[in-house]
Order: sequence, then C-alpha cells, then structure tokens
Amino acid sequence: MLADYGYIGLFLVVAIFFAVTTLLLPFSLSLPARLVLYFRRLTRYLETHYPFLVRFIPPLPKFPRFMQVVPYNPTPVKSSTFECGMETIGTAWVRFNFRYYFYALVFIALDILVVFLYPWAVELRGLGIFGLIAVVIFIFIIVIGYIYAWKKKVLEWK
Amino acid sequence: MEVEEVYSSSELDRKEGKAINELIARSQEPIPDPDQWLDEELKRNILLTSVDALIDWGRRSSMWPVVCFPACCAFEFIATSVSRFDIDRFGMGIIRASPRQADLMITAGTLTWKMAPQVKRIYDQMAEPKWVIAMGACAISGGIFRSSYSVVPGYNRIIPVDVYVPGCPPRPEALIYGIRMLHKKISKMSIAAKGK
Repeated sequence: MLADYGYIGLFLVVAIFFAVTTLLLPFSLSLPARLVLYFRRLTRYLETHYPFLVRFIPPLPKFPRFMQVVPYNPTPVKSSTFECGMETIGTAWVRFNFRYYFYALVFIALDILVVFLYPWAVELRGLGIFGLIAVVIFIFIIVIGYIYAWKKKVLEWK
Repeated sequence: MEVEEVYSSSELDRKEGKAINELIARSQEPIPDPDQWLDEELKRNILLTSVDALIDWGRRSSMWPVVCFPACCAFEFIATSVSRFDIDRFGMGIIRASPRQADLMITAGTLTWKMAPQVKRIYDQMAEPKWVIAMGACAISGGIFRSSYSVVPGYNRIIPVDVYVPGCPPRPEALIYGIRMLHKKISKMSIAAKGK
C-alpha cells in the first residue's frame, strides 16, 4: 500500500519535472550562452574596477599550472612547428624538373620487366621453350618502348 | 620563427658559421647543474609530501629518452636498452625520436660545435620537466678530444646536465646506476621548491 503511494509520488515528480523542462526548454537551451555572457561581463567589470582580482579568476581551469605542479615556460623554439634539430630553411613549395617523371616512367617499365624475368629465371627448365618465347616477346615490347623514349630524347638532361 | 630564404650554399655556410661562432662565444662558462632543490630544507606538511611523492613517482617511473647519440657510447646505451640489461623495467623502454614526447636526454657521445646548435634545439623542444644524463667522458668534459678546436668540452656548456656517468664508454651497469641516481634526484623534487 505504501509502495503504491510511493510510485504515485514518483510519477508526479517525473511529470512535474517533464512539464517544467518542456516549458522552460527555450530558456534552458540558451542558458550556457547566457552564463558565458554573464561571466564575461563579470570579468570585464572586475578587470576595470578590481584589477588585482582578475589574477585569480581566469587561471581556475589551469589550476595545476597555477599551483606550479606542471612547469610552464614556453619559448619560441619550443613552440615552433617542426621538431627536427635543424632550423627550417626556405619553403616546401619548390618545383621539380619534369624530367624526373619521364625517368620514373621508364624506370617503372624496366622494373616490371625485371619482376617478370626473375620467376622465369628460377623456373627456367620447367617452363621450357614456351616460357622463353613469351619472355622474348615481352622484352621485345619493352625494348620498342625504350627505343621510342630514347628517340624522343627523354634520356637527355637539358 | 622567421623563415629566411637561403638559396646559395655558400650563403648557408656563412650563416651557419656565424651562428656557431656566436654559440661558442655565449657558452664559454659551464651551465650550473640543476640541483638547488637537493639541499633545500622545506617546510613540508603531510599534504604536500603526499602530492610530491605521487608526482615524483610518476615522473621517475616513465622517463622516455630522446634520441641523442652522436658517437660510440650509443652502443652501450643500446646494450642497456635491449633485453639483457633491459631499461624497460624503469619505464624507459620507449626511445622517442621526437623531443616533444621525451623527458630524458642521454647524451651518448662526442659533440662537435657544428652539432651543438641542433642538440640545444632538441633540448629546448623537449617537454617540461626534462633531465639530462651526460654519458661518457666526452659528454662530461670532451674526453680525449677535449683539446680539439671543434669539440664541445662537456655538454654542460650548452645544456644543464643532471647526472654524469663517467667511463669511456661506461658499462651498462654504470648507466643503470646513473639512472638510479637520477631517480633519487627526482624523488627529492618538490612542487613547492624553485627550479625545474
């Protein structure tokens, strides 16, 4: 019996809480912004009228630093972006010669040739004459491309 | 930091030489060792000592060394760090390549004046509080290269050194003893004391 009354009371509390929350929703949503505003106004007021108090208000979140538990002495070197021992010189936005890319393309073609030649050389006897013909055709195609690049003066550095 | 644009290598050499000469002129006297809290008689109450004990325990149990191994003492440090001597039991197993994540600089090796600005810069970029162990004769006094014009006579010319470990090179046991001494030194630190 007593428990039933307890549940009714709990229900009433929840209902009242729900109603009040719903009614006060617009106010409560703007509450953090309001508090920040009030805090700023208070700080500004204290800054103008009681300058010695302001020393104690902002450091509250920095309490360990304020208590000197954590040492705090920044320098320009420590705050710099790069953590290499060398000083940064110049800018990273430099132009590379476009011939590097031609060299890279020719290198990749020959590199893949080597990738195919190695397994063929390992299984030379097993693959027999068929493997030899396939590799010769492959090398022929690559060499045609290489000679084409040569004739187009890709290998000259000017 | 200003970014100066340097394009010719001779200009770069001149600037670097000027900076190094300025550093040599500035660091003629050794920097005193940071030990002012060791002899200090503080009024210690029970709250402060508990906090100090906790903080110092945390600080000395997770010292991460930064990479600063210019010469041959590095091999003794490597021997110390791997499994036989195993400095991981002091919480020092992670050797950081970045000074932002390190507390301890074990200076293992001869330092030339040309390398000195870089070491000083790495020390400056380490997070506070930071400690330095000067490992080996070269790090303490320049060692057998002391009379050379290009060798820094001891790391304490450019950075404050906490513990000196003599030897050429020191054995891993000596380095571990130095680390234990540094632990003792840290455990006497107090947040109320000045310094560090």
